[in-house]
Amino acid sequence: MNNFIPAKFRPVLFLLLLYAGLIVLPHFLKYHQQDFLIFLTINILVVVSYRLVTLTGEWSLIHAVMMGVGAYTSALISKNFDISFWITLPLAGVMAGLVALLLSYPLFRMTQFYFLIGSFAAGEAIRLSWIQFIKPFGGTGGTSAIPSPELMNIDFLEPIPYFYLVLIVVSICVYLLYRIENSRIGLTLHAVHWKGVLAESVGVNTWNYRTLAFVIGSLFVGIAGALKVHYIGTVAPKQFDIGFMVFILIWVIVGGYRTFYGAIIGAVVLSVLDEILRGVEQLRPAIYGATLIFFILYLPGGLESLPQKIKQKFRANRESAT
Amino acid sequence: MTPILEVKHLTMRFGGLLAVDDVSFSVNEGEIRGLIGPNGAGKSTTFKMIAGFLSPTSGDVLFRSNNITNQRPSRIASAGVVRTFQETTLFQELSVFENVLIGTHKQAHTNIISAVLGLDRQMQNEAIEATTEVLEFMGLAERKNQLAAELPLGLQRALAVAISLAAKPSLLLMDEPFAGMNPEETRHMMELTERVRESGISIVLVEHNMKAVMGLCDRLVVLNFGTVLDDGTPDQVRHNPNVIQAYLGGG
Repeated sequence: MNNFIPAKFRPVLFLLLLYAGLIVLPHFLKYHQQDFLIFLTINILVVVSYRLVTLTGEWSLIHAVMMGVGAYTSALISKNFDISFWITLPLAGVMAGLVALLLSYPLFRMTQFYFLIGSFAAGEAIRLSWIQFIKPFGGTGGTSAIPSPELMNIDFLEPIPYFYLVLIVVSICVYLLYRIENSRIGLTLHAVHWKGVLAESVGVNTWNYRTLAFVIGSLFVGIAGALKVHYIGTVAPKQFDIGFMVFILIWVIVGGYRTFYGAIIGAVVLSVLDEILRGVEQLRPAIYGATLIFFILYLPGGLESLPQKIKQKFRANRESAT
Repeated sequence: MTPILEVKHLTMRFGGLLAVDDVSFSVNEGEIRGLIGPNGAGKSTTFKMIAGFLSPTSGDVLFRSNNITNQRPSRIASAGVVRTFQETTLFQELSVFENVLIGTHKQAHTNIISAVLGLDRQMQNEAIEATTEVLEFMGLAERKNQLAAELPLGLQRALAVAISLAAKPSLLLMDEPFAGMNPEETRHMMELTERVRESGISIVLVEHNMKAVMGLCDRLVVLNFGTVLDDGTPDQVRHNPNVIQAYLGGG
């Protein structure tokens, strides 16, 4: 089949098939599986936006909270001021980006381990404020009765229409993030990561580029947060705690962070695995943990390195056979 | 003609240690200016203060009569003063081509909207052209797809210079480009340095390799214990008894 399709069209064909599959897929799923598909699609935006932040070499622990900033922004504005979801969705991104911009001033005075701890502390300070300030955030229980989107007569309380909405928004955002990474800006972010002083010596303001990655990454995860809570109808501090942050880290590490698609593969494979294990509830954490350790030991390059490894193995076998 | 670079009363104090003490010198347009001295004389500290990687305790650095003291390294680089690094500081994980392409930042940096919409395509193509030119100039064209880490030492140093040249400097600050090189590599690097100067770029060279320094430099500044011991042509400096004593030691 490879010979019939020119290499140029293969990615296009792949995407066409993928989207055709995604459009049909929810119709064959049970109700809770449709929910799962929606959250998975949102989580893809979470990991891809996190990837942009990590491109400069800084692994932050505040990404989940930034998602919360977007979620609370959109939820509270749409509920309290009766403003349409279509306006609060971009506002969620803008607010998360602004908060990131403010935090960048203290946070980027730290690097590496200190940055990790600093970002965690800043994140917890924000998250615990949602608990402390019952007005307007709603405390531990959060806020519920968040209005769902309105467009013509579509019922966005139903999973399938909401899935299509999520699919469209996430696709656009992921495409934008892909464009950014493959532009001059992406190259410069790599430079800042691998040798900041050298980048600085040819005129790259490393501070500005670290801030840029952090702000843009936060902006997109803010949108992901809004998408999530307008479906659930509730926003609560628990949804964006360090537990969820650890999941983001695991998805990115297991998927691989050398390529753009590594994190996506990680999120999809591990989430599907987790979903399959739903039947054996008691064993779920044990199997999940064991899988993780297995991946880290035997596939340190992440799932993204798997095709390459299989190819090598295949070649080695063929050579030993001849 | 005003000098391209003027260093005025530059002083650096680390706690109780006076690393650089009231150092002044200037660099003329088109000149290769050597900065030499025994270990610990304050060469590297002076170098870092010029490039903005250290803030001096007092004193000024003027580039084309503009005061660039205490500015961010990236801003000084954008103004036209670009440094190289002592060790083989390269983007090891990237190809030779990408290394030099990053060097074209000043010419090709873009904003997020243009990057997403592809409005900067012409600018990026020009940066690619400029990169190709620099690679040819430095004799690295055939190696452009190799990873920087895979190059032999001599070519890694050439690549380091190529990255700086891609930033289109008026003044190039070279930090020990000859360290650890064999005679063959040294000769090649001397040729390259001479070619860089012929292309109209002024150079400040911090170096221990006396053969290279004496062969290349128009004028030398000799530092010892953080102060200027001598300032003159290689011939003058070579015959100054104080300089000889500083290098050979003794009381």
